[in-house]
Amino acid sequence: MCARPPTAQPACREAAVAATRLWRALAALGSPAARRLLLIAARCVRALFATDDRPACADAARLAGLVGGVLAAAGAKGADLPEDRADTMFHLYDGGGVTALGPAVLIRKSLFDRVSLTGSYFVDIVSNASIDVVTTASPYHETRKEAGLGLDYVYHDATISLSGTHSKEPDYTADSTSVDVTQDVFGGMTTVSIGYTRGWDTVGKHGSPTFSASANHWQYRLGATQVLTPRWLMSLNLESVSDQGYLQSPYRVARLFGAAIPERDPSTRTGRAALVRVVGDIGSRGAVRVQYRYFWDTWDISAHTAELGYSRHLGERWLVDAYFRYYKQNHALFYGDNFTAERTYMSRNRQLSTFWDAGPGLKTSYSVGRYASRFDVKVNAAYQWLRFQYSDFTDIRNGKLYSFNASVLELQLSATY
Amino acid sequence: MKLRRTLAAGLMAGATLLAGCGIEPWVKPYERERLADPIMKFTRDPLADKHREHVFDVREAAHGATGVQGGGCGCN
Repeated sequence: MCARPPTAQPACREAAVAATRLWRALAALGSPAARRLLLIAARCVRALFATDDRPACADAARLAGLVGGVLAAAGAKGADLPEDRADTMFHLYDGGGVTALGPAVLIRKSLFDRVSLTGSYFVDIVSNASIDVVTTASPYHETRKEAGLGLDYVYHDATISLSGTHSKEPDYTADSTSVDVTQDVFGGMTTVSIGYTRGWDTVGKHGSPTFSASANHWQYRLGATQVLTPRWLMSLNLESVSDQGYLQSPYRVARLFGAAIPERDPSTRTGRAALVRVVGDIGSRGAVRVQYRYFWDTWDISAHTAELGYSRHLGERWLVDAYFRYYKQNHALFYGDNFTAERTYMSRNRQLSTFWDAGPGLKTSYSVGRYASRFDVKVNAAYQWLRFQYSDFTDIRNGKLYSFNASVLELQLSATY
Repeated sequence: MKLRRTLAAGLMAGATLLAGCGIEPWVKPYERERLADPIMKFTRDPLADKHREHVFDVREAAHGATGVQGGGCGCN
């Protein structure tokens, strides 16, 4: 059952035996419906929490179990396919010396009432003069391109989604494949979802054609959306992400007694995130949205993300969203602004430092109308302002704690059909 | 390990309760008109959501559980 590596086999077998015993004991108590749900739950828990030290363990077997379990629980009523749509977008990020902009497209089309295909293409044209770059190297320009393909298949009350992405930039390629299954239960009151993503990255280095390193990623997801009342919805999502391999940057440096040395990060990391979201219709064609995510990982980082939003229809054509997002994290165990002793792992990656960022955002959507009797066209514009404030990352040009402001812009033309 | 067991036991107990007691939907399909409004969706524009997720993914250490899938990159 265990795909690899050989050392992981006893642990896999032990986990499988334990889960099977638990399943048998609990299943003896319930109805056939209860047994099916228990089977799904047991497989989800095993997939989500069995990744600490052996993230590669039995991927294929787990996937087969997850999909099979949900199919077994499928009822007689049909789930809906995602709506057919075509989107084009111009996106821009500008802040901290970095400008990233470019186009993006997404097309989704259903076939035979059971299958929906999706294709996407995303381009990031990056001009980088961030504080890391200007203090240790020269500003540069590069382009990242990402292509994605997906397939959704509806089977009774379940939707099975398969997708893959390929991202390429001059010194970094990343591939990933995902499988997700959602299942409506309790007459559509509850939607449960499970998912898995496997990622493979290849890291290169400018000016060093012989340098090549790899990083692997495993993500396990579990979620549920619940209808609370005719006006309120709630969702809970859990995800475990394991990374293994070359997780640092070949360019970034740490500081030891003020001198630059190559950073050294651990080669494994497991992070977990729990997100709870609530949205409620509060009348006057408006809704409030609250969400909170807690993240923690084996690098001793913990982070809080909170977002509050208000959405409202204005007239027949306008839809406006206003929101505020706040994020805060503490630094990794091996992060240091300027080390005073040599350590096994040393990093000055400000993404691993203690900082917060926050800012308001506004999004508007305008319904242009229906064209050719089938295309509902909308124009969307979204802008978010952000402030980043670091608590233990110094701007070595002036000796002060680093901070910067950023803008995020999205302009989008969408058609549903 | 203790956390894992607690979570697993909680999930099992919840599933048993939900599956075993034959819960009837307390919000009928004809009462869900407001829930179908676009303002009630957690995610509305997949492309914009993907971009926003990418912006935060490459600048913050936390990630995951948002339901938005994307490829990795070396852009931090």
